[in-house]
Amino acid sequence: MTYLILFLEFFKIGAFTFGGGYAMIPFIQETVAKHNWMTTAELVDFIAVSESTPGAFAVNISTYVGSQVGGFFGAVCATTGVVLPAFLIILIIAKIYDKFKNSKTVKGAMFGLKSVVVGLIAATVISIATEVFFVNGFTASVFTTSSFWFSLVVFAIMLFLLLYKKLSPVIIVVLSATLGIVAGYTGII
Amino acid sequence: MKKNKLKLYLQILLSFMKIGVVTFGGGYAMIPIIENETSKRRKWISGEDLLDVVAISESTPGPIAICAATFIGYKVAGIIGAFMATLGVVLPSFVIIYFISIFLREFSTYDIVKYAFTGIRAGVLALIIKAVISMFKKAPQHILAYTIMAVAFALVVLFSTNVLVIILSSAVIGIVASIIARKRGKELK
Repeated sequence: MTYLILFLEFFKIGAFTFGGGYAMIPFIQETVAKHNWMTTAELVDFIAVSESTPGAFAVNISTYVGSQVGGFFGAVCATTGVVLPAFLIILIIAKIYDKFKNSKTVKGAMFGLKSVVVGLIAATVISIATEVFFVNGFTASVFTTSSFWFSLVVFAIMLFLLLYKKLSPVIIVVLSATLGIVAGYTGII
Repeated sequence: MKKNKLKLYLQILLSFMKIGVVTFGGGYAMIPIIENETSKRRKWISGEDLLDVVAISESTPGPIAICAATFIGYKVAGIIGAFMATLGVVLPSFVIIYFISIFLREFSTYDIVKYAFTGIRAGVLALIIKAVISMFKKAPQHILAYTIMAVAFALVVLFSTNVLVIILSSAVIGIVASIIARKRGKELK
């Protein structure tokens, strides 16, 4: 039964998320929370793992969740689920692709989908920011903790490096891990 | 003849395994690597066709890497080719993440790992904000598009509305809006 649920949930994720990569996170987040497969903190940790390992994000996270929930076969079911919709749809489209490319309906749908993904992932930013800065709740005392200020400084540095220095995600992950380790052993956090 | 086919299938499998191994972070990062291997090196697909592949991957659900692999595999060697390419691109990350998933829980109790992830979570927040910005740039710049973004954001943050419902509604709104725009002799962009 677990295998079937894994397969179906990841099939849905594969079938209804457009654009790949981070665009899939809002739907994945909703699904893993619904089944208690992963907390938001674990999901954020895994985004970092996925950035630092090869392959597509969707494949990585379905393999990971599948294996945590149902071992090896769980991983196979979840990964097959996430891959299958794209595989089948592309097989059909490969035959009719000139028609598909110029379809007004597809263009109209893409207008909506490209817009909605911005709103959805912005909503994910809110829940991840809550996890990063206000993990123990939103109270005034948070602003007196060193871990809040540490996270804020790391976040600001990394955002600057990403936007203005165009550093790759892997380097961002390594740098922020290093800062975390240094802060941890020097007793700052 | 048969031997040639087998050799081609094997070549497709190996080429896409290579693509799966060397691309970090997935998504658009994979496209130059796919181009190098399938267009420049193997001459399976022209540069122009590859652009079409990218456009189609964007407008179909699922990870971009899977869409591209299935499409190119199918063009080169039919359904078995599509299967080989998809298997190839999935296999490396499946194996790597499967082993990581076994060890990650073990290591997560170590102090050094906890500290590292405290830093990493703040870094990942920056990565996702970068993703929002780049998706916003790729989205239509139109008052309706901004409205869809804002409404989707509010629905998730304030009312925890089902993400799938929001995604499908946005596609319908896009299709309807493009029909209305065309009736008025305009094009929705």
